[in-house]
Amino acid sequence: MMQELSLNVLDVAENSVRAGATLIGIEVDEQPKDDRLIITITDNGCGMTAEQTAHVTDPFFTTRTTRKVGLGVPFFKMAAELTGGSLHMESQPGQGTTVTASFGLSHIDRMPLGDMAGTVCSLIQCNPAIDFVYTRRYGEHSFVADTREFRKTLGEIPLQTPEVLAFIGEFIRENSAEIQTQCN
Amino acid sequence: MKSLAELQALRDKMRNSMGIRADDSGNIRVVVGMATCGIAAGARPVLQAFTDEVAKRGLHNVTIAQTGCIGICQYEPVVEITEPGKEKVTYVKMTAEKAAQVVSNHLVNGNVMTEYTIGAAAK
Repeated sequence: MMQELSLNVLDVAENSVRAGATLIGIEVDEQPKDDRLIITITDNGCGMTAEQTAHVTDPFFTTRTTRKVGLGVPFFKMAAELTGGSLHMESQPGQGTTVTASFGLSHIDRMPLGDMAGTVCSLIQCNPAIDFVYTRRYGEHSFVADTREFRKTLGEIPLQTPEVLAFIGEFIRENSAEIQTQCN
Repeated sequence: MKSLAELQALRDKMRNSMGIRADDSGNIRVVVGMATCGIAAGARPVLQAFTDEVAKRGLHNVTIAQTGCIGICQYEPVVEITEPGKEKVTYVKMTAEKAAQVVSNHLVNGNVMTEYTIGAAAK
């Protein structure tokens, strides 16, 4: 069991990394009026067959050969269902996979979102060949952190430089705080 | 709001200090286990601590990377350190505090922190 939703996001996004994705999208959509929090992770990796997709929320299903359990997606599903929400997966072999989890925003059992900036920075740092697009919505306001844009701005300076990662972390933290104050 | 203009300024500042980073000789690899077991046990703050400490000390010969589950979930967060010509060191049950100590003792001064290794934990 994870302590915060951002750790589930990190874990599930690692599946996209393993699927050979070159572009991974993460969206956190918080809608206080509808009392909903929706987290979506999209990738353009190798995708799964219908049979694999159907089994992926089963903790005793995994494509790994090293051992027989896979807990990442089942944990995420459990976290959603505990709050009256659900988890949905769509996948096409060769096209990619989309995981959508919805949560009851004010439900007492909803884990805090936690450090999304930490999750996104960890993913960027460890995967230099992958681009990440993080979208954060709160009510009608939103912002996007897109590593493709960052790369364009940086030129020859790598995204994995500590100073750049620190900037991206601050960019996400400040802008998340900003869109929430705009609504209140 | 923070904007791309700030990133541009950061880039211009960094262009002046690049060049010293290119040296890959004697590269030390720090690998953090980032599968479900590692993440649940607290691998993200450990990875963060290694990154911060290595950046703070300007250790340009250290590469920080991730790996999946290596099969010793009960010892997570697990960190493996490999140096050319030396035996691999496996640190177990890591925390951000221990990570900072490992950077200064092991990576900077070359003293393996035996008390945090798997050999000590398995006894």
